[in-house]
Amino acid sequence: MKPLALGLLASLFISAAHAEPTATGDLGLVIERATGTVVLVDQSDRAALARIEGLGDLSHASLVYSPDERFAYVFGRDGGLTKVDIVTRTIANRVVQAGNAIGGAISDDGKLVAVSNYEPGGVRIFDADTLEMVADIPTDSKTIGLVDAPGRRFVFTMWDTGETWIADMSGAEPRITRIENMGDRPYDALITANGRTYITGLFGEDGLTALDLWSDTPEPIRVLPGYGRGQEEMPVYKMPHLEGWALTGSEFVLPAVGHHEVLWVDAATLTETGRTQTHGQPVFAMARPDGRQVWVNFAHPLNDTIQVIDTVTKEIIHEFKPGPAVLHMEFTPRGHEVWLSVRDAGKIMIYDTQTFEKLGEIDADSPSGIFFTARAHRTGL
Amino acid sequence: MHKFAALMVVAGVAHAGGVTDPDALARLVHQDCGSCHGLTLKGGLGPDLRPESLDHYSVDVLRDVILDGVPGTPMPPWRPLITTEEAEWIARYLLKPETP
Repeated sequence: MKPLALGLLASLFISAAHAEPTATGDLGLVIERATGTVVLVDQSDRAALARIEGLGDLSHASLVYSPDERFAYVFGRDGGLTKVDIVTRTIANRVVQAGNAIGGAISDDGKLVAVSNYEPGGVRIFDADTLEMVADIPTDSKTIGLVDAPGRRFVFTMWDTGETWIADMSGAEPRITRIENMGDRPYDALITANGRTYITGLFGEDGLTALDLWSDTPEPIRVLPGYGRGQEEMPVYKMPHLEGWALTGSEFVLPAVGHHEVLWVDAATLTETGRTQTHGQPVFAMARPDGRQVWVNFAHPLNDTIQVIDTVTKEIIHEFKPGPAVLHMEFTPRGHEVWLSVRDAGKIMIYDTQTFEKLGEIDADSPSGIFFTARAHRTGL
Repeated sequence: MHKFAALMVVAGVAHAGGVTDPDALARLVHQDCGSCHGLTLKGGLGPDLRPESLDHYSVDVLRDVILDGVPGTPMPPWRPLITTEEAEWIARYLLKPETP
């Protein structure tokens, strides 16, 4: 009797899902890194809607959305590129495109999906509709910091050789511009929301390197060279991520490497405007969408803590411990809530960003990245 | 199946001596070493740590790399966070995941 009832319920649910149009604007996906699954979540209801299985090794996985917010392209560590249909809650297509991948991006027109790979090193570009490969760009290096840029371009950087390449996909064949001397072992990069400035963080030296993508011939611009000079270098148990950037009027905030601080940089002049000492090695320093707060999480073993920095005073205004292993944060598009993945608690925790009150939690199996569909409309995400 | 795996790990610990929580150590290996070496240890920004890639190293060498890191590379010293016995257990676990 029970299985029958459950079966009936399931079929009712499925037919209902197909009968009703599905609005996806307040949905999101959460990576469950250990089980190769993603959880479809509803921001407004603060609830999980479905679990989609069969995505392979999702350690360090990320995803981007199609412009219509229907499809997610999930980039797995095992080289898997999976196209998830969040309306039907199924896998629409999946290819294993390399042996060891690190991230991806979608072109400004939504037609191309690019994946950056460690093994074999380089970038492969796929038709977003069919997942057929349209370009293969070997780089002879582990390739990091892949982002989309306006003009149907992708920008990415080489860990081993310290070069940044711009692949212009507006013509029939990719046109590659190579920029040398970006620095010693770039580990990640970001592009500003207006698509103008690309910044790589460096592991091998204190400093960052920027490119002005509005320039016809972009040249490396050193940012904060030697920022840790005179300070003891501390071990880095997890590499920071560069994603999401703060604007308080006109500043970026970026995590330092090997130093327990975040760095403030004037967006126009790329000079230092301040530093804020933090609880540990920052992993993500992410701005609330209005830019008034920056939320920071930390590397192992201090990854149970979050600090919130006021961007006007650059002071820490709140610190709390959501639970063991806070891996990622995602703001609602207008910033009223932040969702945290607390891996070892098996929860996504939801907080009000004004009162810091906890609003709810959702069960998830070793959750890592949280991605709301509003990312579909943002350059670099 | 899970119970069996747990028993194997406990047996390994008895052999190692001095390591109190092998489950936590195995978790550390996959989750935190995995940040760079991949959750399945097949490599990422850091190299492949699967047994077939490491089998030309001795336990002692691996233990020392874990404790002191590799200067000039992103491999950090773990000495501030774990004991020598724990590093040795991890070295054995990397070489022989079934019977560390």
